[in-house]
Amino acid sequence: MTAIMNIGLNHFLVLSGTLFFIGLFAVLSKKNVIAVLMGLEVMLSSVNINLIAFNRYTSPEILTGNVFAIFVIALAAAEVAVGLALIVAIYRQRKTAEVQDYDLLKW
Amino acid sequence: MTFAVMFYVIAIITLGSALMMVTSTNIFHSALLMLVSFLGIAAVFVLLQADFLAAAQVLVYAGAITVFVIFGIMFTMKGDARKTNRFSKNAIPAAVLSLILIVINAAMVLKTQWPVSSHAPLEETVSSVAELMLTKYVVAFEVTAVLLLIAMIGAIVIVKEVKKPS
Amino acid sequence: MFDIALYHAWVIPLLPAMAFVIITFFTKKMPKRSAGISITSILISFVLALSLGIGVIGQGERYLEHPLKVVVTWFSMNGLSIDVGTQIDTTSVMMLLVVTFITSLVEIYSLGYMHGDTGFARFFSYVSLFAASMLGLVLSPNLLQMFVFWELVGLCSYLLIGFWYHKKSAAEASKKAFITCRAGDFGLLLGIILLQLNFGTLDLQQLSKVIPHFTEYTGLTAAGLTGIAILLFLGPMAKSGQFPFHVWLPDAMEGPTPVSALIHAATMVVAGVYLVGRILILFVTLPSALAFVAFIGGFTALFSACIAITQTEMKKILAYSTVSQLGYMMLALGASSLSAGMFHLMTHAFFKALMFLGAGSVLHAMHDEANIWKYGGLKKYMPVTYWTFLIGCLAISGIFPFAGFFSKDLILEVTYAASSLSGQATGSFQGLYSLLFIMAALTAFMTAFYMFRMFFICFHGELRSHDAHPHEAPKVMTVPLIILGIFSFIGGWGGWPGLGEGQAFGYFVRVGNFHEIEANWFLIILSTGLALFGIGLAAIFYCKKTYSAEAVARKFPELYKISFHKFYIDEFYLWVIRHIVDKLGWLLWKFDYLFVDGIIVDGCGKAAQWSGSVMRRVQTGQLQHYAFVFFLAIVLIVLFLSLTDFNSIHVGLLLGGVK
Repeated sequence: MTAIMNIGLNHFLVLSGTLFFIGLFAVLSKKNVIAVLMGLEVMLSSVNINLIAFNRYTSPEILTGNVFAIFVIALAAAEVAVGLALIVAIYRQRKTAEVQDYDLLKW
Repeated sequence: MTFAVMFYVIAIITLGSALMMVTSTNIFHSALLMLVSFLGIAAVFVLLQADFLAAAQVLVYAGAITVFVIFGIMFTMKGDARKTNRFSKNAIPAAVLSLILIVINAAMVLKTQWPVSSHAPLEETVSSVAELMLTKYVVAFEVTAVLLLIAMIGAIVIVKEVKKPS
Repeated sequence: MFDIALYHAWVIPLLPAMAFVIITFFTKKMPKRSAGISITSILISFVLALSLGIGVIGQGERYLEHPLKVVVTWFSMNGLSIDVGTQIDTTSVMMLLVVTFITSLVEIYSLGYMHGDTGFARFFSYVSLFAASMLGLVLSPNLLQMFVFWELVGLCSYLLIGFWYHKKSAAEASKKAFITCRAGDFGLLLGIILLQLNFGTLDLQQLSKVIPHFTEYTGLTAAGLTGIAILLFLGPMAKSGQFPFHVWLPDAMEGPTPVSALIHAATMVVAGVYLVGRILILFVTLPSALAFVAFIGGFTALFSACIAITQTEMKKILAYSTVSQLGYMMLALGASSLSAGMFHLMTHAFFKALMFLGAGSVLHAMHDEANIWKYGGLKKYMPVTYWTFLIGCLAISGIFPFAGFFSKDLILEVTYAASSLSGQATGSFQGLYSLLFIMAALTAFMTAFYMFRMFFICFHGELRSHDAHPHEAPKVMTVPLIILGIFSFIGGWGGWPGLGEGQAFGYFVRVGNFHEIEANWFLIILSTGLALFGIGLAAIFYCKKTYSAEAVARKFPELYKISFHKFYIDEFYLWVIRHIVDKLGWLLWKFDYLFVDGIIVDGCGKAAQWSGSVMRRVQTGQLQHYAFVFFLAIVLIVLFLSLTDFNSIHVGLLLGGVK
């Protein structure tokens, strides 16, 4: 019971990992390309929990993890901008938002 | 005790909304649930005493990215909104795989002995983060700035309508 | 000037090579400028060679005993180091002089001969390349560099013989020359490789030091080294048209006549003689290899003289006489005399170039009519050609005091000295050399006979062709003829008996000790007598017509036929190629087609095709599938890691060698 109620690093790591794989589930299973992108965002965001949890519990005196998380957020912003731009461009080209129709990457 | 309760409530909200985001068939609901999930993550940051990050999370993810995504949904949507976000044929294998990975991840996390420090967390994070970013990580900081610029230009170039030769 | 030329002798071949490049890439459309570039470059080379020659002769002994080598390393690896550069000694300088001199004259002559030809610039570019290759060959300090230039010479001969490539016969002749030479080059290359394997060097100087003591340096027996020597000799045999590789040389007449002059006098065919001369020490070490060289030479000399007697085309006769004279040179080398071989090479270069250019002048005048029976009485139409040609014929027949007399006499002398006839010979195979001496003497007689047969038929009597209007060639053609005529006259005086150290040709170009030439009156009288007899006989048959040549031919129809058809060597080769090589090739083709191609090659392709057609199904084009596989792999790797010992080698491999 103490292990459950005494919140520590493990709890945060399990939370972030679970969130990450829920995002992966979205990426792997959704038809709509926007939904895939959303899953991707969740994945990226869950990584931040990881970084900050480690920062908080293993070296709280230096905030390197926080700085990394900020960089990840900046990257996520850039990614979503470019990702959405690509989706729009592809959508114009193929008139569909379904990932299964994006199948040029084969023989 | 309060901390534990807060953690579990926040964790359930975050994970639950994320799970519902995946399972919902209406993409608008998905987007809004994603927003809830992001806010939950911001709350997790608060629990971890990263208040600046929590603010950034709310601003960037809950604000900008969600708006972006909703814009994308508006742009590409056609037909009935309730059927806009269905699973593909891969759903069951993907679910199984994700579940296995969650279990593996949890098992590995719990099995590992982490070098936990007993040091007290810093009271004031913003100034420390700012100092690190402008001294030790100043190059990465500048590169990130350039990256954002490039992403902006790139997005504009990609989205720009290609004029068909008449 | 001399020092510059000495240390920068590489410029000599480089200049014509540059002329080739410039003409090919820049001035191909400008015939006059092309010719100017080509002639200027070869003339500068000639001047450089001349200054070299004066310097080297002036310093005598020094360059004879210690050739000057200027080399840079081309490539080297463990156990094999190949230099590229120049080697200056008396022999190479002599060859430089001959090659640049003859090439210069031939190029000037070609100004007139090739005038108006559509390939005028191309001709000069090829000739320049030809000269460059030959000069490079002459200067080579090692056998590999020599081989490279050797092949270049072969290539140029191919290009030039097939110069008028639209003529089927020319194209065929060039192919024949190339392939025949290739057959010999195969042996040469094998020989060079074997020398490198056994002696560990291809450097001429080092080879000449170690070869006489080969038993100390290598595990070779005398028989083994003889094998190598004979393999090496195959190359010169093919290049210098020795029996049985002589077949390409007469056909090489299909090229323009100046090219024939070049090939026969200064470049292509003497390359073989020069190569044998360069590695003569190898043959001198091995008496049986030496005897082989001598026998091939002597036999070729007589054999082709027999063919030349009945031929009816001027250039063919000259071609067979070249083969015959090359046989003489080989015979001299086979009698272990570098001096005699090289001396004859030089004098032959003068008079053979002269006669070919003369023949070119005649052909020019007769509008390319080849049959000598259509000529006649050209004396009054073409006096300059007539007189110079007469000098050439006298020189090749060996009449005193023309150039050929001295060199031919020297060859007879060294052969005689090696034979049992002289009673003083110390070497082995004396009986063979006696036979060879008799053959050589007989050849001398026949040479005089067939040369003057042609001479009388062409220049005396009445013009037999009625639609021809012969005229003397322009100055640009006759001047080289006159210069060559002068050299055919005086070119042999370096071999004047009684010339001692520092004066005689044989002093400068030799292997071993210098022997002063003593006038051997028996040989002088014999050779001059035989030559005069030959000339007289020719005069009786073809000038005075006291006896009919046709009658003699009719009396011995078989002999006449066999000689006229060149002993059916070509027909024999053709039969072998048609019935044996072709059949064998057909069998091998079938094997290749059905087994190698059908089962192995196509099988590989089919297997790849089939597996590809199955495996491409994996590539769905769905990124989600790829991501799925990616994460599935992570699961598998984690399972694998958790089930195995973390320090095992598999884990190390899986993590990319990270521990």
